Amino acid sequence: MNVKEMLKEHKLLAEFRYELGQIERGYTNRSLYVNLSEHRIESKPVTEMMKEKFIGGKGFGLWYLWNAVTSETKWNDPENEIIISSGPLGGITQYPGAGKSLVVTLSPLTGLVIDSNVGGYFGPLLKFSGWDALEIQGKADKDVIIFIDGNEGTVRIEETPLEATDSHILGEQLTEMYAESEEDKRNISVVTAGSAGDHTLIGLLNFTFYDVRRKAVRLKQAGRGGIGTVFRDKKIKALVVRFRGVKGDLNHPADISKINKAGIKLHKEINKFDAVQNRMRQIGTANIIEVMNEYDLLPVHNYKFGSHPDADKIASNVFVEKYITQGLPDGCWYGCSLSCAKAADKFEIKTGPYKGQLVTVDGPEYENAAGLGANCGIFDPEYILESNFYCDTYGIDTISFGTITAFVMECYESGIINKEITGGLALYFGNADAAMELLHQMARGEGFGKIAGQGIRRMKKLFIEQYGADPDFLQDIGMEQKGLEYSEYLPKESLAQQGGYGLTNKGPQHDEAWLIFMDMVNNQIPTFEDKAEALHYFPMFRTWFGLNGLCKLPWNDIIPESNATADEPAKIPEHVQNYVDIFNGVTGKNIDKEELILQSERVYNFQRVFNIRMGHGKREDDKIPYRSAGPVTVEEYESRQERYDRQLIELLNYNPEGKATEEKIKVLRKYREEQYEKLVDAVYKRRGWTNNGIPKLETLQKLGIDFPEVVEVVKPYL
Amino acid sequence: MKRLGKREELCIGCNQCEEACSKTFFKESLKEKSCIQIGNNAKGGYAIQVCNQCGVCIDICPIEALYRDKNGVVRVKKDICVGCFMCVGFCPEEAMRQHDDYIEPFKCIACGLCAKNCPSGAIFIEDVPVGEIEAFGETATAGEI
Repeated sequence: MNVKEMLKEHKLLAEFRYELGQIERGYTNRSLYVNLSEHRIESKPVTEMMKEKFIGGKGFGLWYLWNAVTSETKWNDPENEIIISSGPLGGITQYPGAGKSLVVTLSPLTGLVIDSNVGGYFGPLLKFSGWDALEIQGKADKDVIIFIDGNEGTVRIEETPLEATDSHILGEQLTEMYAESEEDKRNISVVTAGSAGDHTLIGLLNFTFYDVRRKAVRLKQAGRGGIGTVFRDKKIKALVVRFRGVKGDLNHPADISKINKAGIKLHKEINKFDAVQNRMRQIGTANIIEVMNEYDLLPVHNYKFGSHPDADKIASNVFVEKYITQGLPDGCWYGCSLSCAKAADKFEIKTGPYKGQLVTVDGPEYENAAGLGANCGIFDPEYILESNFYCDTYGIDTISFGTITAFVMECYESGIINKEITGGLALYFGNADAAMELLHQMARGEGFGKIAGQGIRRMKKLFIEQYGADPDFLQDIGMEQKGLEYSEYLPKESLAQQGGYGLTNKGPQHDEAWLIFMDMVNNQIPTFEDKAEALHYFPMFRTWFGLNGLCKLPWNDIIPESNATADEPAKIPEHVQNYVDIFNGVTGKNIDKEELILQSERVYNFQRVFNIRMGHGKREDDKIPYRSAGPVTVEEYESRQERYDRQLIELLNYNPEGKATEEKIKVLRKYREEQYEKLVDAVYKRRGWTNNGIPKLETLQKLGIDFPEVVEVVKPYL
Repeated sequence: MKRLGKREELCIGCNQCEEACSKTFFKESLKEKSCIQIGNNAKGGYAIQVCNQCGVCIDICPIEALYRDKNGVVRVKKDICVGCFMCVGFCPEEAMRQHDDYIEPFKCIACGLCAKNCPSGAIFIEDVPVGEIEAFGETATAGEI
């Protein structure tokens, strides 16, 4: 069916007309509010307070969500919102990595706020259409799209009975439908979920951009925490924005010269050094697959091990040489010369509903190769690409899917579940066919896939209650915390990274802190105080990207020459100064690098308080599964026996000679668990929190977020 | 195919080419707004920095705002250019130009007006076979991925 016929069947539910307005120094100063239950569309002012305290992006998302929900609100209540906002720097074209959208909602997995940072053109085009944020509340009766025409000044809610649900088709259909010509397609961005959003709690959102060189719609993912599930629960099929006329000065920056200067300087750096540093332009984040394997950090068999002899079968060069067909690097927003976006074109699908089709697969990114592949013991690049494709089009978070599958494989191999329970799926490590079928079942809402799609936390409960599994063992090996599945790094030998995962706001995702190399390989943060300082500075610094519509990669995935002589090389001081400069260049403010951290600290602490308000956010919620801190099983211990025995001698003065492995596991575990608790003490202290993880009143006062409703949340715990 | 050729040893550093260029392009006499730039080389002579039409920038631009016209000259489509300046950062000759007064880059289009103003014959319009221009591109992209 062609898109014109589909369009004919659209039913207009509401239309809103607005003045186009003008962006001033990075802000449109208003947000678009859409209530799907009431078919109500409104313009809301963005206040000076919001800009001062919350900056934009994730900060705006948190503020709107805070005001929309109560402590009782569940993810599938109509008052839950999905907020998309880019931030004041979002949409500048001169500096790499400045087109991100930040998505915020209450997560079905954690019951807490989830925030996700995603590429594609939606956030910038939304802003250029006149809106700092899009705030969606309520639920539609039937599938709808929200269409924003940023040149005409209209917003429409339309019922869409005929369009596909899966993203790789829906993205194409809507781009075709709303573009006036081939030339106009670059002005469209679509947000979609997929069929798995209807049946699992790990649904994601795809954000599109039109790749003019390939003449194809590309997908970038807001992956973590089940945002796509909330999207489908609201019966949203898609969001579409159309804006024609992107230029480098649309943000009306206070001083464009600062932005040009920083941007061109970084382009030159990337041109000069990327090929000899991280090869982002060649293979993107997948460049570290073999590096992680070499350092025993690549999760293998549900994080039991950190390397595997077959890892070379999924090394980055395999993808470069056989699958990644583009001759040219490409980014997910204009001006990103780091260009980590990759795609395998005309990849032939071998299973499922799209069997035989030639598709464009975005990726693989490191997380996908590690999670879908190594962690499940599947060292097959074609499985990785195919499951990557299906995860994206079905709208499933590849990280949660990988970690979930690894968990069920270990449960299967240890006899907790069997073929009877899995409906015939022999989910042993390395069984790519079974893993692929599990994925298809998630999209169909059938069989064991439907169970696995509820996430590890709910599966643990089910396995204990229904199948008599040992709760302690499942707690040890189920790699989730706060309800969110771990991302794909093995943190066992890095205490700082255990904290980097465990002491996050949204759950164990590495975007807050990735300290493994600093800690374990370079030994730059040996003491608890050093680690606590790193677990203060880096999460705060990295939070700032999400307030401003920025990507993290151009900060430290390209290293300037000046870093060789820098005082604190891990911070990449020259690039921090670039961010100060472009922030001041856009907003006309005069922040320095300390104020930058303060901006983040405010929002970070607000999010912590939000978690407390939702009944979590305390010390007990920051506990981690032991698999992330040390060897749980005899097999694990003995695989790295020399290392662990040596640690017992050197760190504990304990002689392992002649001792049973079980005994040694116990001694090592006691030590490592104590280390983690000491780390938590030090980090809470550094962050200005009580020993129970509650932000102190003086911390909230210092940050200027001691609003009465915030203080009310923390008071009972102080 | 047409492009601006150069013989640096003949340059006397009079800067008349820069003036001719900025006046033609921007109606202003300002070195920073000239597509051709005269500087100093390591040997104490003059260096002439100008586009050799190698076309590396065409591939750098992800939105096809750069193209080679029928005369072989690389040109900027200002209507679709979004001003990211990646072409400026990646030009092997550092000859793609940018000025803060403008939101798009600018470059030599081999119009030849500067050559007409050159008193020493250091710059001139030359005809170069297609293959040779592309060879420039290959040299320039060595090491690029």
